[in-house]
Amino acid sequence: MKVLVTGATSLLGRAVATGLVAQGSSVVTLQRRASEVDGTRCVQGSILEPEIVATAMQGCDAVIHLAARVGIVGTWDQFHDTNVIGTEIVVTEAERAGVSGMVYVSSPSVAHGGEPLIGASAGEADPGSSRGHYATSKALAEGFALSRHEKAMQVTAVRPHLVWGPGDTQLVGRIVERARKGRLAFVGTGAALIDSTYISNAADAIIAAVDRIDHAGGRPLVVSNGEPRPIAELVNGILSAHGLPPVSLRLPKAIAFGAGWVAERVWDRARLNGEPPMTTFLAEQLGTAHWFDQQETRRILNWKPAVTVDEGLERLAAHAKDKATEQRAGERASGGTNR
Amino acid sequence: MAAPTELAAYLPPPLAELDPAWSRLVAVPELDGDGRTFHVLDTHAAERSDDPPQLTVLCVHGNPSWSFLWRHVIAAAPDGVRVVAPDHLNMGYSEHTGSDRSLAERIEDLCALTDALGIDGSVITLAHDWGGPISMGWAQRRVDQLRGFVLANTAVSRPSTGSPPRLITAAGSAAFLRTVTQRTTAFIRAGLALSRPRPAESVQEGFLAPYRTADRRSGIRGFVADIPLDENHRSFGALDGVASGMSKLADVPALLLWGARDPVFSEQYLHDLEERLPHADVHRFVAASHFVTEDAPVAEAFWEWVSAEDRPPRPALISDSPLRPTDLAASPLVVERHGDRWRSIDSEVFAERTGRVARGLALAGVKPGDRVATMIPPGIDLTVVLYACWQAGFTAVLVDGGLGVGNMHRAIKAAAPQWLIGISPAVAAAKALRWKGTKIVAGEMDSRLRAALKVAHSLGEIELMGEAAGGAPNGNDHPAVIGFTSGSTGPSKGVQYRSEQLAAQRDAISALYRIDSGDRLVAAFAPFALYGPALGIASIVPEMDVTRPATLTASALGAAAAEIDATIIFASPAALQNVVATARSMTASERAAVAEVRLVMSAGAPLRLDLLQAVAEMAPHAAVHAPYGMTEVLPVADLSLVDRMARGRGEGSCVGRPIKGVAVRIHPLDFLGRPAVEPASEANVLGEVVVSAPHLKERYDRLWWTEHRSLTADGWHRTGDIGRLDDDGFLWISGRVPHVISTVDGPVPPIPIEHAAERVDTVSRAAAVGVGPPGRQVVVAVVEIEAAGRSPLAGMTLASSIRAQISAATGREPAAVLVTPHVPVDKRHNSKVDRARVARWADRVLAGERPGRI
Repeated sequence: MKVLVTGATSLLGRAVATGLVAQGSSVVTLQRRASEVDGTRCVQGSILEPEIVATAMQGCDAVIHLAARVGIVGTWDQFHDTNVIGTEIVVTEAERAGVSGMVYVSSPSVAHGGEPLIGASAGEADPGSSRGHYATSKALAEGFALSRHEKAMQVTAVRPHLVWGPGDTQLVGRIVERARKGRLAFVGTGAALIDSTYISNAADAIIAAVDRIDHAGGRPLVVSNGEPRPIAELVNGILSAHGLPPVSLRLPKAIAFGAGWVAERVWDRARLNGEPPMTTFLAEQLGTAHWFDQQETRRILNWKPAVTVDEGLERLAAHAKDKATEQRAGERASGGTNR
Repeated sequence: MAAPTELAAYLPPPLAELDPAWSRLVAVPELDGDGRTFHVLDTHAAERSDDPPQLTVLCVHGNPSWSFLWRHVIAAAPDGVRVVAPDHLNMGYSEHTGSDRSLAERIEDLCALTDALGIDGSVITLAHDWGGPISMGWAQRRVDQLRGFVLANTAVSRPSTGSPPRLITAAGSAAFLRTVTQRTTAFIRAGLALSRPRPAESVQEGFLAPYRTADRRSGIRGFVADIPLDENHRSFGALDGVASGMSKLADVPALLLWGARDPVFSEQYLHDLEERLPHADVHRFVAASHFVTEDAPVAEAFWEWVSAEDRPPRPALISDSPLRPTDLAASPLVVERHGDRWRSIDSEVFAERTGRVARGLALAGVKPGDRVATMIPPGIDLTVVLYACWQAGFTAVLVDGGLGVGNMHRAIKAAAPQWLIGISPAVAAAKALRWKGTKIVAGEMDSRLRAALKVAHSLGEIELMGEAAGGAPNGNDHPAVIGFTSGSTGPSKGVQYRSEQLAAQRDAISALYRIDSGDRLVAAFAPFALYGPALGIASIVPEMDVTRPATLTASALGAAAAEIDATIIFASPAALQNVVATARSMTASERAAVAEVRLVMSAGAPLRLDLLQAVAEMAPHAAVHAPYGMTEVLPVADLSLVDRMARGRGEGSCVGRPIKGVAVRIHPLDFLGRPAVEPASEANVLGEVVVSAPHLKERYDRLWWTEHRSLTADGWHRTGDIGRLDDDGFLWISGRVPHVISTVDGPVPPIPIEHAAERVDTVSRAAAVGVGPPGRQVVVAVVEIEAAGRSPLAGMTLASSIRAQISAATGREPAAVLVTPHVPVDKRHNSKVDRARVARWADRVLAGERPGRI
């Protein structure tokens, strides 16, 4: 089987491409930078250019569309271009190229605002209730992708929740960096139950969705480890994997929300670069429960997470240790030449 | 005063929970001459079927209300049953006639309406508030059609004692009445405000919808004004007729559903109805108020009553020997502490006193079947009074001080005894809390205090009265005892036993522990304290504050054991806990006396193994037993400590094999943790423990629905406990049905998880609860530790050691480990974890809310 993976430079994109290669698929990657995944054909370019997309897709049986603009920085137009228009182009070109299966990689935030999610099901993407440019644009794009689900090309949306693992700069990187600076605090008691997804589990689920497109087609599926944990326990687990002490600082929810509200406006008015330290969305995300019912996803994908949260944390610790050793070796080596 | 306006009937606007398809306007020709139009909710509104319904349910609302009241009943109607719920004329969306309607007219209206609707088959009526007498007026005219009737918070007459409902006396002042009921919506709002929790906004909207304007509220005023407060009222005769006509319904199945917190139709109205309808089933909803349909699952209870089969047969009795002191009686028979010395009563005197009290009570006016609350600490007086009641056929209401004042108050309100026999503090509490019933004081009381507390007799006077009289009354057709459950798993429930069932319990205990005339009993466990005379052995009550079992000291226990050379000790788990804690203060002779006993028995709540072991050390020659059972049936199974330790801990606690005469079945749990109707045929299946025994209770008291739900179709008792029977027939208990955690992998019982968590040294108690929607719950361990700080989350080290224990023992990983300085347990036994409360707290904590206290 030949599969196109868009956005293979991201942590999840790389893991998906690597996993496909390992299972014996022929893999093409499409992204602006070189993907550097062994055993794949790499096409460099933007998904906003239909010709390049069409070229990359030639002869593909399936497409996994991961390329997206993420985070909370940027204008609506920027998010809309990459996430909505980009998806329209990828889906349309895939139809033209005769692709039979399409997996749109989405986010649980497309269906939910700030309410606590307790054993929640996926729910329909709702651009009206989703918060922030990222979630809104992803919701529009997912809605479009699923609306093109047909017999000829089956489309599913896979929504991994809170992906983390070795090499992750988004979640793990930020947590570690903030903790080192002493700028990490829990919102509320830190006890809100949070689902998360270890990187390889997320990649496995996305690959499973390609294989099980007959079952998964036409519907969104939330993917997680199915092991909700109190957010403080997960975060402190990540810190402990990096040899850092647990964080016990707690910020009342109302204060965090207020700070986020202010920060959002200051950043917006002053057109500041970078991310505000707190946003209202983040305050809600960190302070309320977010966990999902995984029964349906597991049944439909015939998939189960292979790595538990605890095993994932061990792998994270091993990775951090390796990196630290590498870094020290590098420092010693560079120190040597300087001398 | 403007006359009420004439207004046409019309259909209601769209309202929450109300299906517009139910609504119809029904013209009744010739009513009042030219005919009147009713608004009726009717499940068969659309159908003009030739296939008549098997049954019609006629729902009759009261005031201030309209047929909206019955929406849940209508929505739950089974196929083949027609539900008809009219709005009375001048009420709801029915026609306003321009003049007030009397009770007699309303009864005629209802008859004319059912004729117009062609209801000529079987009917069950269901009525609330002042709809009650209207429905009964209809029923008395249509007895041939009537298959049953249900009344909820209503009255068919003004009870002769007490005052009429307070809101209703306002009717005396026409101006006040008009302001409250017609000028404003105050009357409707006041009625709804009684509900706890407050009805949803949309429901309040629904009740108010037809009454938005003063002219449409004139019917409410007229309805209140029609309540006959005295003999001169125009509806006095009609209400009197309905009341006296109730005797016509003596053979018709009846159910009385009651919101016990109704300040309008208080429980004296229920008791009045019970007196008129001794055959009626009764269910009190303890927490519900006047609008019982809003506060309690009335629709569910109603339909279950309609479809209920006849009561299943009771298990066969193995004993029919009466519950009397036996001929083998010991001397002394009962010993109690009096000041700083012991006093006793021998069998002969006991028999004489019992006879005297029975006769004396009868002369004082107690009739067979009357309920006599006994609020006397265990000892000679209590034993005499109880055996007197059993001899004479009075029902003893055992209000155990261990219930606590709140539960005691609720117990008395539920059982509604006509007689209260108590020591002075109990009699004072009875006065202060306004318990109904004639008061008899046990013990001395100053005459002025007696007058102030309205005490009618003293127990001594009763005995003197009994001396004068001849033959003793004798009755056996009534319950012998009403006891109460601990209330650790929901509100405390009254439980009735017949004397044959108590005798069977005595026989079960006697056979199980091979009790013979050589035994002497220290009775520190309230219910069993009374069995000494019936077992024919001496019993002694140790010095303790019976309202708090945890006050029994080792020294007091030892002194009692020494006094009679005891061979057996019965004590509650809480009492034993304190005994163990105070063991060091015993004298040598006290220690020796306890060491001599051959049997220590404790029941009522699960016992911790370490506690049993500590007891075994104090009584090295004794077999230590903690039989498994519950207030409804005890014992069910039994296992000695030695055997218990030999079997170790598997999935739960091993409680032994069912004892002789008791049969146990397991009804397997489905995916969501609901027990199946059919029992499991194999061993090692997890499910609800279901029991049949000759000493099973007769029924729950005034809790028809609870009783109905507690029985299987073949009359076995559903314990609500979760467990399994192993290959050798041993029963293992692992939790309660409502506490089962329903995960994606199926139901998970809490106790094995709790046992695992309790293996961690710093954990003194643990509760395992589920968080999340049914079928998708995750396991959460909540542990009690001394060092619990402000954060509800367990520290990393504690969390990981608890996770490791739980994972090793059960193969499951909890989603979270939370800490608290205090896991809530029941007051009576100090051991049953209130998992429902813990679960609500864990829900809040893990949703990210501010947790507050458990």
